[in-house]
Amino acid sequence: MAYFLQQLVNGVALGAIYGLIAIGYTMVYGIIGMINFAHGEIFMIGAFLSLIALLLIAALGISNVPLALALTLLFAMAFAALYGWTVERLAYRPLRGSQRLAPLISAIGMSIVLQNTVQLLQGARVKPLQPVITGGLVLMEGDGFVVRLSYLQIIIMLLTLALMIGFTWLIHNTTLGRAQRATEQDMTMAALVGIDVDRTISATFVMGAALAAVAGLMVTLYYGVVDFYIGFHAGVKAFTAAVLGGIGSLPGAMLGGLLIGLIEAFWSGYFTIEYKDVAAFAILILVLIFRPTGLLGRPEIEKV
Amino acid sequence: MMLTVEGLVAAYGRIEALKGVDLTVAEGEIVALIGANGAGKTTLLMSLCGRPRAKAGRIRLLDDDIAHLPTFAIVRKGVAIAPEGRRIFPRLSVLENLRLGAVTADPAYFDSDLKRVLGLFPRLKERLDQRGGTLSGGEQQMLAIGRALMARPRLLLLDEPSLGLAPLVVRQIFDIIAAIRAEQKVTVFLVEQNAHHALRLADRGYVMVNGRITLSGSGAELLANPEIRAAYLDGGHG
Ligand SMILES: Nc1ncnc2c1ncn2[C@@H]1O[C@H](COP(=O)(O)OP(=O)(O)O)[C@@H](O)[C@H]1O
Ligand SMILES: [Mg+2]
Repeated sequence: MAYFLQQLVNGVALGAIYGLIAIGYTMVYGIIGMINFAHGEIFMIGAFLSLIALLLIAALGISNVPLALALTLLFAMAFAALYGWTVERLAYRPLRGSQRLAPLISAIGMSIVLQNTVQLLQGARVKPLQPVITGGLVLMEGDGFVVRLSYLQIIIMLLTLALMIGFTWLIHNTTLGRAQRATEQDMTMAALVGIDVDRTISATFVMGAALAAVAGLMVTLYYGVVDFYIGFHAGVKAFTAAVLGGIGSLPGAMLGGLLIGLIEAFWSGYFTIEYKDVAAFAILILVLIFRPTGLLGRPEIEKV
Repeated sequence: MMLTVEGLVAAYGRIEALKGVDLTVAEGEIVALIGANGAGKTTLLMSLCGRPRAKAGRIRLLDDDIAHLPTFAIVRKGVAIAPEGRRIFPRLSVLENLRLGAVTADPAYFDSDLKRVLGLFPRLKERLDQRGGTLSGGEQQMLAIGRALMARPRLLLLDEPSLGLAPLVVRQIFDIIAAIRAEQKVTVFLVEQNAHHALRLADRGYVMVNGRITLSGSGAELLANPEIRAAYLDGGHG
């Protein structure tokens, strides 16, 4: 029981992170109908940016932890957003309206470029970080096992919850959100009511990238290490989360992220940690075969 | 002139759908464009909005050359369209569809404009929270026109507003178009296969055949023209 509870806690924290990344996949897919394969790398860059910011801030002698984290978050989000915007401008916009395969190849190319750039700049060496947030709560003790909820896990869950509520509100209640939903449903008509469709798509990439950067910071703090290929692994899982939840659906991305996090936590808790990545792939394939619209996705028929 | 089109050529790939169109629409006029299915009417309206973009020729809105502007910029200059197929945002509510119509308008006018549009189309008022995709054909047409009006356009483009509607609804829609012009001093350029209603309503009309304008005149003249009667009126349209 205690062990189970611990996996649950770990799974929810992990799932929050995947959910944040999954939003970027699902929103971009919703609006331009294609998968941004470079999104995992944006997350990886967000993690590196966080690491750099944390080291810089430490070097500057800022020891107030909330302040340091806020600054790091701002820094990582701003630069990742810039990356997201650039990826869209360079790799996607020039190919808008061309065959589906071209932007796909372009996206994969962009992903490789980003990965290799970071590898060159940072070195393939794993980057370690001293724990920034320590301590936590003991939820219960039983079967000779202590269930812990770390402060970092609490921060991850609360921040994710706040971001998701804020984000959902933005999509439903602001001019930009309405423009995004209109563009998603009928790009031509969106332009015909006077929406700058290109700018709306850029904004979508920027938002997805900013959320991925938050996830990047969380992973940096959570695992204390960053390397240049985390983007691939986390990318596959977050993408799976988006597909599982129903690609194009915002609540679906959140739900899918949570489920993937839980599955991964329980898988490594009860089976073997070596195959935890296989689980995500297996789920991806099963969902694509048996329920391609995902859990909360709408059936294609309704897409007028 | 509200709208001046000179030598407009537009194409889909290698297929030229407009082969040099000239026409004008004066401020405050209602002008109808009639023609058979496939003549290029929709292409003309859409190319005024930049989709497809003019391959040759000029499009002037008042004194601005708009042929090279992106679609959203053309709309921001005061052109609004209720396009072919209505293109209601299906998963947005009626109110959200109307809000999107007002994207280019000064937000200060939103409440009064909404009231005015709902006054013209009371049916929409009862359905403000309903998803656009669940409306009937007639209601969708009303929403498409209402959405275009929310932009406070100078030039209103209507693509076959009567298509697929019951005769009673068609009458309603045409009455409302007349009312819009009278009350709001909007210039209207509409495309119709339903030549009878359109020409009765319009000050002037143009006839399009195969991507070219072949005839023009006042609505009454065109209605009386035997060639037109044979081609577009006696075919059984209401
Ligand atoms: N998206 C398109 N792609 C290719 N050809 C098109 C497209 N839309 C229309 N056409 C062609 O252009 C011509 C004019 O069509 P259209 O403007 O829709 O005529 P109308 O509105 O008068 O019925 C037709 O021959 C039609 O087949
Ligand atoms: Mg047509």
